[in-house]
Amino acid sequence: MTEISDADLCINVPSPFCGVGTDDLKIKVDGKRITLLENGCAVNTPAFEQPVSDTSPRISGQPVDLQAAVDKSAEILGRSQLPLVSGLSTDVNGMRAALELADNIGAITDNMNFTAAMRNLLVLQDSGWMNTTLAEVKNRVDLLVIIGTDIDALFPRFFENYVWNEDALFCQDTSKRQVVYVGKGPSGSASTSPNGNAARVLACQLPDLPEVIAVLRALVNGNPIKVSSVGGIQVTELQTLADQLKQASYGVVTWAASEFKFSQAELTVQNMCEMVKDLNKETRCSGLPLGGKNGDQTSFQVSGWQTGYPSRVNFSDGFPAYDPYLNSTEQRLADGSADALLWVSSFNIDNTPPPTDISTIVLGRSGMTFDKEPDVFIPIGTPGIDHSGHAYRNDNVVAVRLRKLRDAGLPSASDVLSAIHQAL
Amino acid sequence: MLIKLTGGTVYDPEHGIDGMVRDIFVRDGIIVDSPADSKIDAEYDLRGKVVMAGAIDMHTHIGGGKVNIARTMLPEDHRADPVYRTELLRSGVGRAAPSTLTTGYRYAEMGYTAGFEPAVLPINARQAHMEMGDIPIIDKGGYVMLGSDDFLLRMMAANHDQQAINDYVAWTMKSAQAIGVKVVNPGGISAFKFNQRSLDLDEQGPHYGAKPRDILKCLATAIYELGVAHPLHVHGCNLGVPGNVETTLNTIQGIEGLPMHLTHIQFHSYGTEGDFKFSSGAARIAEAVNANKNITVDVGQIMFGQTVTASGDNMRQHANHAHANPKKWVCMDIECDAGCGVVPFKYKNKNFVNALQWAIGLETFLLADDPWRVFLTTDHPNGAPFTSYPHLIKLLMDRSFRNDKLSALNTDAAAMTTLGSIDREYSLYEIAIMTRAGAARLVGLSDRGHLGVGGAADITVYTEQEDKERMFEKPDYVFKDGELVVKNGEVVKVTWGTTHVSRPEFDSGIEKSLEEYFDRYMTMKLANFKILDDELTEDGRGRIMVHPCNAEGRA
Repeated sequence: MTEISDADLCINVPSPFCGVGTDDLKIKVDGKRITLLENGCAVNTPAFEQPVSDTSPRISGQPVDLQAAVDKSAEILGRSQLPLVSGLSTDVNGMRAALELADNIGAITDNMNFTAAMRNLLVLQDSGWMNTTLAEVKNRVDLLVIIGTDIDALFPRFFENYVWNEDALFCQDTSKRQVVYVGKGPSGSASTSPNGNAARVLACQLPDLPEVIAVLRALVNGNPIKVSSVGGIQVTELQTLADQLKQASYGVVTWAASEFKFSQAELTVQNMCEMVKDLNKETRCSGLPLGGKNGDQTSFQVSGWQTGYPSRVNFSDGFPAYDPYLNSTEQRLADGSADALLWVSSFNIDNTPPPTDISTIVLGRSGMTFDKEPDVFIPIGTPGIDHSGHAYRNDNVVAVRLRKLRDAGLPSASDVLSAIHQAL
Repeated sequence: MLIKLTGGTVYDPEHGIDGMVRDIFVRDGIIVDSPADSKIDAEYDLRGKVVMAGAIDMHTHIGGGKVNIARTMLPEDHRADPVYRTELLRSGVGRAAPSTLTTGYRYAEMGYTAGFEPAVLPINARQAHMEMGDIPIIDKGGYVMLGSDDFLLRMMAANHDQQAINDYVAWTMKSAQAIGVKVVNPGGISAFKFNQRSLDLDEQGPHYGAKPRDILKCLATAIYELGVAHPLHVHGCNLGVPGNVETTLNTIQGIEGLPMHLTHIQFHSYGTEGDFKFSSGAARIAEAVNANKNITVDVGQIMFGQTVTASGDNMRQHANHAHANPKKWVCMDIECDAGCGVVPFKYKNKNFVNALQWAIGLETFLLADDPWRVFLTTDHPNGAPFTSYPHLIKLLMDRSFRNDKLSALNTDAAAMTTLGSIDREYSLYEIAIMTRAGAARLVGLSDRGHLGVGGAADITVYTEQEDKERMFEKPDYVFKDGELVVKNGEVVKVTWGTTHVSRPEFDSGIEKSLEEYFDRYMTMKLANFKILDDELTEDGRGRIMVHPCNAEGRA
């Protein structure tokens, strides 16, 4: 629960933005204006403080009332042969309403982060994994291996909260924790230990990671390697890392799939996850996929329980049909099979719909601007600021309870989607 | 709204009614006395029909993180059973890990009106309730998992008194919105995180030094002293390990008379006799259950075919991952609180071990004397999907059908089971005890599982048939809180059920130490950890019912 200590001061505020479920924020609310007073970061502070600039829906750029925008949206979806319900950056109730609508109108669903998330989810669906969650990392990790990911930039408080925490249940001295980067090194200094030990970096180009990880896994398993270097990394260096992983009591291998923008990314993730399984024959080691921004885990979870599939579900034949490739928004816009786009984007004004000529309805965060004005734009509230809700953090286990902090007259995605459904 | 159900043959074990013709009156969702001269708004002619309370599944994995991992990892299984949207119903998927909406429809279509998720991790309880919130028609609830959580093990290691532990248990139940408490592989999930691969009943666990036997005793005492109706729900040590029948018998003795429910006991009833060092311990288990009135069990029957096992027991799931079919599996360590493991399984009747598992489950059903203390489960989906219940009921009620199936088994397994020599056939009355009256009593639902005045009108009506599978898979009518929701085995109305919880009292002083603990070691504020009522009810369709505790004179 967010405690409102004064009329306008909130403590223990959870964030839906940062993906790690930060819930120690202190926030001042002054009318519609929000100021993050304590524990902010480069991700959360601008996301909370984003001003409310427009509250009026628009049709073809002209201000209209909410009902007119809802009716127009229903008209567009009602005559569509194959609509896309995409973006889906929202909270649990927003997802529930979106899926109900998509099921009813025979739409195809997609999530704005699915292309990245698929690099993990295809692995889950093909071979599985052994993963852990943030409190286990905080209290147990003795070796953290970061693959191809700049945690400093993506998750600014990760090290402060989960690696260099002073108190840990099972470690005497957290400052002795070892951190190794494979691929790119850190952009900041957060990974340097409190007593000044910088993380070890085994640098390579990210497109070389498939090879580097394959070699690392082979070394973990004691398989002979004939080359002396791979992707510019000496095999002896990788051998040292393999030995560290085998000697660690609770190693954690972490990555953000969003950074794996190279060929064979999912096979690389699979090799990492299988390497973790291999290590667990003798010791303990776990994976920790990082993500959770823009409501992506929330979207996959709700879609998972309501349809059996995480995203990219085609309801047009009357049942949920999953195809992670054919049902991508990009693909459907390119092949011309979709004729209307409903885009839901509650968290970030930069997450606008992809360029398209088909009829477009945007339920977006107030302040969103467009290169091409959509047919309908309905500014919606942000979960955890304008209305209560639930969001998952990146370890996929913990859902945080989001609270309403202000009343800016912005409806929730769930309310608008239900109204559109009603109007149909 | 006054409804009359006229002339049905009623099986209501809570009131000792064994197949007697009775009229039942329902006003506004509640069963009432025959009204003197009120106008009947609707009447159903049930002459010749069998009438029972709605069935209650007291152990079914229907909501929570591991269930959703199982769903997400099995697209190929969903494709075998697409569920189409209708005018009334949402689309979904079925089979091993059905979608939430389909789960509710299919339970209701079989005459079930409640299901209880047995493995609610405290830190994941919010998700369990959100998933169950999307399961229509049936009532639901959860047992919150303790016993490998750092906070409890730390308290035990520090020799905290029982009262403090009771406070923590009661606080956890309230925070997680639970009706009971479950322990899974006591101490074992935690031990696995310290790289220990097995933990026996009397073995000291790593770091804290607690023995599983002590953890069970401590939690069973807490549940008893707090007056929680549902006894400690126990998934014991050594699941699936040949020889674990000894562990289970020791577990029964070790609880020293306290109420204890042993779940999916089939997986804990294995001996080491025979050429393959794997044999049935069902007779010994049944004998112990018969002799110890404080013990209840559910069976966790396996059925042949594709399913998926989803368990909090990451230690044992990891040990069994080589059996994954298809070859994929997940294990997770979770928040110094618990863990989970998801391993797809395909049970085959020509496989020696699987065939004997099938027989062991049935032996347990048939050798345990008291149907009030044995419950019909497949540990959905771990032994089989819940949709196999009508088939299971037929196996219990029809000896010749059972023996036909037995003759198709792996011959080595068939030679090692006494099943063929057991004549017992369950009666409709006994089925009604196991799936209604007994289950309601066990969970602590005084207003469900029976057809007495004042009870909630969850009522299922069947046409009696020789083929009990046909009979139980397609009821004529199902009423949920007095509303007709199923007709001829098909959903005709979608309603939303109640979440049942229990809230034993505790000294709120426990929050002081918990708050400090959360701030130092956890990744969430205590205030944000607790699930408040509005999270379950704010959508306008969820309701919470709090069931009383009876702590008087127990502590």
